[in-house]
Amino acid sequence: MLIPHPLLGLRDAQEFTYLGDARLIERPTSGSEADLAEYVYLRDNPAGVHRELWFHEQGDRSWLVVTRNTLTHEILGAELARDVSLARKGETA
Amino acid sequence: MRFSGFRVFAEALTGHKGWKPLWRDPDPQPAYDVVIVGGGGHGLATAFYLAEVYGIRKVAVLEKGWLGSGNIGRNTTIIRSNYLLPGNQPFYEFSMKLWENLEQSINFNAMVSQRGILNLYHSDAQRDAYRRRGNTMHLTGAGAALLDQAGVRKMYPWLNFDNARFPIKGGLLQRRAGTARHDGVAWGYARAADLRGVDIIQNCEVTGLKIEGGRIRGVETSRGFIGAKKVGVAVAGSTSRVMAQAGLRMPIESHVLQAFVSEGLKPAIDGVITFGAGHFYVSQSDKGGLVFGGDIDGYNSYAQRGNLPVVEDVVEGGMALMPRIGRARLLRSWGGVMDMSMDGSPIIDRTPVDGLYLNAGWCYGGFKATPASGYAFAHLLATDTPHETAKAYRLDRFAKGRVIDEKGVGAQPNLH
Repeated sequence: MLIPHPLLGLRDAQEFTYLGDARLIERPTSGSEADLAEYVYLRDNPAGVHRELWFHEQGDRSWLVVTRNTLTHEILGAELARDVSLARKGETA
Repeated sequence: MRFSGFRVFAEALTGHKGWKPLWRDPDPQPAYDVVIVGGGGHGLATAFYLAEVYGIRKVAVLEKGWLGSGNIGRNTTIIRSNYLLPGNQPFYEFSMKLWENLEQSINFNAMVSQRGILNLYHSDAQRDAYRRRGNTMHLTGAGAALLDQAGVRKMYPWLNFDNARFPIKGGLLQRRAGTARHDGVAWGYARAADLRGVDIIQNCEVTGLKIEGGRIRGVETSRGFIGAKKVGVAVAGSTSRVMAQAGLRMPIESHVLQAFVSEGLKPAIDGVITFGAGHFYVSQSDKGGLVFGGDIDGYNSYAQRGNLPVVEDVVEGGMALMPRIGRARLLRSWGGVMDMSMDGSPIIDRTPVDGLYLNAGWCYGGFKATPASGYAFAHLLATDTPHETAKAYRLDRFAKGRVIDEKGVGAQPNLH
């Protein structure tokens, strides 16, 4: 798989480390134990389009949010996780 | 129809005209006592033990494809009970005991072959860990032997003992472990369940779970509604998809695991060998092919096929361990969708929906568990209490902090 890095262009997925669902960016702030357990352990795990976190460990060490189809492995896009997170904060502010 | 040596002989004399299909192909009835979603190894084993041990025979197994098309027909066929943690080891040893009597209990040749598994170690720390694991195995009666380098040399003198990075220092041997014919296990359980009255319904995809007032009423399928007092879900990689129909999120990610087989070779490897420094495990099938595998690809996938980097990684592991397979040509590779749980251990439990039961989270170790998983799931479905060997496999163990993390890597499914 080739990941279209927003800054570096197409990079081999082998340069990246996979973390999982991009919702992991949204760490719960409620302080509730149940919310944290849900955050740590439960996943949507969709068959189809999945937004997920990849870390460019052997590259520029940036975190990306990659949109990928889990049924076909087709990569539909990639953004810097930083931008995704900032945009989200902008929405909630 | 009972299988026996005499029967084979008699059929040989009469032109093999008397063999019948191994199971019926019934249309679904309007309702059952228990509907099992998923006609893989675990679902079929569950149906068999429900009928055989717990006397529940109004049972249907629903399979969306053909029987044995999922992971039961895609694994590397290894059976073993060499786990460490108290929540796991008694369960896998129970499974091993069921394997040892499987062919008699289902009257089917599943080619169970206790040829032994050797887990190699390459450092002092790894040896100490295997000593501890071996002692745990002794406590459950699984049996284990810790071999030094000379002991391993005696078994497999052609291994790459003097690898510069990962010299082989010895190994942990479980002699009772081995392999079984994976398709044979599915067919054998299917036939045995069918003979006891279970309806096995193929090409019947569950499209919805009918839940009223917090209680399961049945399943919507591609062949119409089927009522059920209890529904057991044993769908491996599709767990999240099926359970989402009940509005439940699962502690599971689906990942692809690849497996490989070489061209047929002369007998070369009589047991199962695992590399302790990389991830590589190999055995030789009765047809002569080297059957081997390694790590999952590491990203969420429902594709039943993987990518080339993992092929390279697995083959490098094999070459580091046994350079003499370097000339063997790869015949086939394939992928299966694994239900990777958050702690690497399975779930056999009730769910928040009354009458809906879950059997999932087998990661890529589900094949060896097939008999015990079926037995324990049948026990749960029949009695509403967990089987004594499966008490730790609770769905709420994550929230409660009672995870069974054999590898100790935390809530990171692609590392288990």
